[in-house]
Amino acid sequence: MNGRAGNRRGPLEGEPAVLAEPPALALHGVTHSYGAVRALVDVDLDVRRHEVVAVVGENGAGKSTLVGVMSGVLVPDAGEVVVDGRETQLTSPGQARGLGIATVFQDLALCEDLDVVENLFLGQEIRFGPLLDEVAMEREAQRLLAQLAVRVPSVRAPVASLSGGQRQAVAIARALLGEPRVLVLDEPTAALGVTQTAEVLTLIERVRDAGFGVVLASHNLTDVQAVADRVVVLRRGRLNGEFDADVAGYEQIVAAITGVAIGPGEGR
Amino acid sequence: MTVLRTPPGSLRWAGRDLGSWPVLGALAVLWLVFQAMNPNFLSADNLVNLALQAAPLGVLTLGVVLVLLVGQIDLSTGAVSGLAAAVVAVGMSQQGWPGWLAVLAAVASGAVVGWGYGWAFTRLGVPSFVLTLAGLLVTLGLQVRVLGSTGSLNLPFESWLVRLMQQAFLPPWLAYLLVALVVAGYLGVRLVERRRRAAAELPVEPWRPVAARAALLAAATLVPTWYLQTNRGVGVSVAVFLGLVLVVDLLLRRTRWGRSVRAVGSNVGSAHRAGFAVRQVYTSAFVACSSLAALGGVMAAGRLAAANQGSGGSDTNLTVIAAAVIGGTSLFGGRGSAWSAPLGVLVVGTISSGLTLLNLDSAPRYIVTGLVLALAVTLDAVGRRRAPVTGR
Repeated sequence: MNGRAGNRRGPLEGEPAVLAEPPALALHGVTHSYGAVRALVDVDLDVRRHEVVAVVGENGAGKSTLVGVMSGVLVPDAGEVVVDGRETQLTSPGQARGLGIATVFQDLALCEDLDVVENLFLGQEIRFGPLLDEVAMEREAQRLLAQLAVRVPSVRAPVASLSGGQRQAVAIARALLGEPRVLVLDEPTAALGVTQTAEVLTLIERVRDAGFGVVLASHNLTDVQAVADRVVVLRRGRLNGEFDADVAGYEQIVAAITGVAIGPGEGR
Repeated sequence: MTVLRTPPGSLRWAGRDLGSWPVLGALAVLWLVFQAMNPNFLSADNLVNLALQAAPLGVLTLGVVLVLLVGQIDLSTGAVSGLAAAVVAVGMSQQGWPGWLAVLAAVASGAVVGWGYGWAFTRLGVPSFVLTLAGLLVTLGLQVRVLGSTGSLNLPFESWLVRLMQQAFLPPWLAYLLVALVVAGYLGVRLVERRRRAAAELPVEPWRPVAARAALLAAATLVPTWYLQTNRGVGVSVAVFLGLVLVVDLLLRRTRWGRSVRAVGSNVGSAHRAGFAVRQVYTSAFVACSSLAALGGVMAAGRLAAANQGSGGSDTNLTVIAAAVIGGTSLFGGRGSAWSAPLGVLVVGTISSGLTLLNLDSAPRYIVTGLVLALAVTLDAVGRRRAPVTGR
């Protein structure tokens, strides 16, 4: 995680060029209920290019619901979704993808028996007439993986033979294939060991530095502090604080997550 | 910066992905054993017969491979083939339909059954195991009803279907021409791919393995062709079956449909989120399976010049599933290839033919086939169990 201070482009420190353009994705007053359970209440969230926004909270705080809204899987009961300054509705994952919001779900949505190239292009295969153009897909896969500095034993190895970190990397690379503006990651390190977690966090920084906006839903504060520019805390479906990751202390964020009163801090 | 390292799993994968070698090994052992017990087993005459017997069964197996690839099962292929045999026999000998119409009607009846499976499976969510078991009984009933009171019908010996399936063999020049075309086609595809990969700056396979594999392919096609030519030759039905295998292989490996079939069988949720029309994929697999089963039934009826209540009966439904799994297609979906059909059916046919030559009844045939199947399923299950352990 070297050179992070130099790469920082969070809006709080400010870089006029980035601040001037509208957020790549903004949610205003998003509210969603499952029957009588209010999973999200009046939530606001901005994501700009070149930044990692972490969404943290207890289990059941609404992280997954928020990811669902951003990915188009859930249509919220109320609230605005603004993509690149235009208000819109995200009604399906395909449509969200078309608007430049790519999501990597917690289960990665890979097919274990298919190889890396096949998984990267799953559902969006390059064709040469009626036949699949394996050479073009493999070239594109090599290019993408090299760009992200992801190493796999072979791009023709089935995903079942890869480590958890490599699978996560393949899923992230696949999300980036459609040239999105915002990448939404749902608990990308939840199932990983120490080394693989470090690899994935490095990859997230690389994605951020390539100009993408990244939303990182996680309950692992160590990972969040290592990689995020801003931390947004959800508690019982409501926003309970927004922090600059470089300034905020661990205890402050924990306090916001658990709801324990804190002194004059960075809370909203 | 940090480089993702190779996991220990890749080694194990290499150990698990043996391809077709275990089947070929088993086949070699079986052939040597049977040849030792009866010197007629490897005679050209017997092998010609073996190939003719295996071809219709192989077409059924090819369909089962497709359904297994999407992670489902079809227990009724034998019954569907029997229904198709009945339809073609009634059409040709009782209704006086032209042969092509009777064959078309038979295959269409199979397609309708498969479409019914696809509809009930995707819309009503009935498990394919029970669904096709019910379908087996229904088609069995239909077969008896179509055949009518006699319960048995003969096909006219002079009809082209019977001639083609019973007595027609490829002329030697055509057999060798096809072999040459297959080998040349293989080399051509490899050369084009090499050139395109080089242009795309991808790693190119060195010359030697390519040449070695082409030579192996040439030997593996030329030697059997020559050996069968010393007797009657390569049956038309065998050529039809192998042609179908080539077509299905191409569809599975090089088209979006084939990719969707393997993706659905591997992880249906992922396939759905990747944008594949999962329902259509399931339905297409069921329709293809039942249509191929019907075609196999037509071929079998032509070969026997008859259809009766026993056509496609007894253990056919299960034998073809055994053949598909023995050939290397996973029962758990997602893994397998069109080539499991000829390989598996060759093993099953070898056991059957070898034990018949030894004048043994069906008891040892069932037992040996069952043991080989158990071995194949065990390899499949062990391979599958290992896979998810690596990684997370």
